[in-house]
Amino acid sequence: MRPARWLYAHPRAALLLLLAPPLLAFALLYLGSLAALVVQSFFSLDGFTGLVVRRFTLATYRDLFTAANLDIARRTLVMASAVTVADALLAFPLAYFMARHASGRIKALLVLAVLLPLWSSYLVRVYSWKLILAKEGVLNWMLQRLGLGGALEALLALPGVGGPSLSVSPLGAFLAFTYVWLPFMVLPIQAALERVPRSLLEASADLGARPAATFLRVTLPLALPGVVAGSIFTFSLTLGDFVVPGALGNSSLFIGQAVLAHQGTAGNIPMAAAFTAIPMAVMGAYLFLARRLGAFDAL
Amino acid sequence: MGVPAVRLREVSRAFGEVRALDAVSLDVEDGEFFAMLGPSGSGKTTCLRLIAGFDQPTSGRLELHGQPAAGLPPYERDVNTVFQDYALFPHMSVEENVGYGLMVKKVARAERARRVAEMLALVGLPAVGSRRPAQLSGGQRQRVALARALVNHPRVLLLDEPLGALDLKLRQRMQVELKAIQQKVGITFVHVTHDQEEALAMADRLAVFRDGRIEQVGTPAEVYERPATAFVADFVGTSNALPDGTSIRPEKLRLLGADDAPPDGWRTLPGRVEDAVYLGSHTRYAVAVEGGTSLTVVELNHEATAASVPAARGRAVRVAWRPQHARALARP
Repeated sequence: MRPARWLYAHPRAALLLLLAPPLLAFALLYLGSLAALVVQSFFSLDGFTGLVVRRFTLATYRDLFTAANLDIARRTLVMASAVTVADALLAFPLAYFMARHASGRIKALLVLAVLLPLWSSYLVRVYSWKLILAKEGVLNWMLQRLGLGGALEALLALPGVGGPSLSVSPLGAFLAFTYVWLPFMVLPIQAALERVPRSLLEASADLGARPAATFLRVTLPLALPGVVAGSIFTFSLTLGDFVVPGALGNSSLFIGQAVLAHQGTAGNIPMAAAFTAIPMAVMGAYLFLARRLGAFDAL
Repeated sequence: MGVPAVRLREVSRAFGEVRALDAVSLDVEDGEFFAMLGPSGSGKTTCLRLIAGFDQPTSGRLELHGQPAAGLPPYERDVNTVFQDYALFPHMSVEENVGYGLMVKKVARAERARRVAEMLALVGLPAVGSRRPAQLSGGQRQRVALARALVNHPRVLLLDEPLGALDLKLRQRMQVELKAIQQKVGITFVHVTHDQEEALAMADRLAVFRDGRIEQVGTPAEVYERPATAFVADFVGTSNALPDGTSIRPEKLRLLGADDAPPDGWRTLPGRVEDAVYLGSHTRYAVAVEGGTSLTVVELNHEATAASVPAARGRAVRVAWRPQHARALARP
């Protein structure tokens, strides 16, 4: 029998044949490395020899929960939350316009404009923000010309947010984070809004709901899976990033930088692995909560 | 008759160059079941959307119960709609869907629950309140959509091809039920459909749309028995053009043997059966008569059977009809 006909008669075999390579790669490369990571976190580092002791212990996790490390985790979570909220607020109107009002060329242009930054190097974009935000940079120059230099000074004087200049402050890191992850929020929200049939919005208006009520009770709940999908990107990408706080932040560390330091310079692979458990736990809890709140009910 | 529930005067709606609705004037009386019938693209749905407020006329006057309605948004009109795709909110339960209109109008929770339960009982779905729309069958969704609109006691209910997605049996049952519900609640129904049988079965009066204009408005009997134009005659039922230029319905024609004498006063034409299609309860014949025209004749299968019908092909016959059943029609 010809192979094509045999596969037609055995659809399950055809499916298996098609799925086997990607599934194998996924299981080995992705889940395998994840498992290796989790296992490493239960090993420990011999402080004397500097070698990894391959024996099950919770000592690394005990060491993880020091005040300094918790401070790093807290700082990273606050940043990730702030970036996610800012991106959602910026992305929603744009995505709404793209999905509901723009058509043809305008829509294609907008999608292109959202995607275009992703085609250039992420490092280049982060470092160009450093130039924009520097004391001698274009933003500072413009604010001075507008007579808003004083406002910037006041902003930079705020503890926990400011610093000597925008390019060396949590605020600067926040701006760069918000910029680099914005496309990851726009596209899922747009996709979710595209899937809301216009008749649902008409039905809501028909039943007496004013535009604001229709937005809160129909549009937003149905777009929520898109917002959640986008926030998974912005949140987890911020949690793991070490480039932006390195280039634009002050000297206080983020989780990504701590992981880099532990596995690189310090050679403490178990501690680096244990640190990555924090983002995984946070994302797990976030997804669980989102599900409980009904974010995926409309899928 | 009082003030009409819906009044259109010279209403047009243009989309660029296309006139979807072209200077249409129409009165829908309070409390009647009114059907807007026409092929797709004839303007009937555009007309419905103007009445609902989803779209605004390019020109002309639209009144609801004597009040000018042009420019009024949907949420300020005492009109509710049953959508073609039902448009049930997928993230809400059936109860929340039906109670939506009452909720946005801030009706108290207890009152809301009572009216929702009452309405679900009226449409024959007392037990599905906690389910999601996705868990319902097509027929059940259709009833929920109806309940969601009716619970608000609108003065006009608009129905946009509400039975289009249902299978034949269910559609026929819903036709009867919709009519009964309309008579029970006494609300003006405006029903858009392309199904002429549906319009004939349910409507008190109907308007036949074509290319953005209305060809005829009348009771089902008037439209069927006395079609104003050839288009109406052809769209509502089937129509035959006789060699003398008049038109006649297929069921008004009778087939006689070639040598049979016709009943007194009947007219006849000799012809030959070109084709005979057995359709269960009846048979549809195509009969070639002099002058090269072909007439469609429908006869109930009182005697004919599936076995006997094929033998009719090629037979010489006489087509007979009463002269008063043939009508002269304007042919544009």
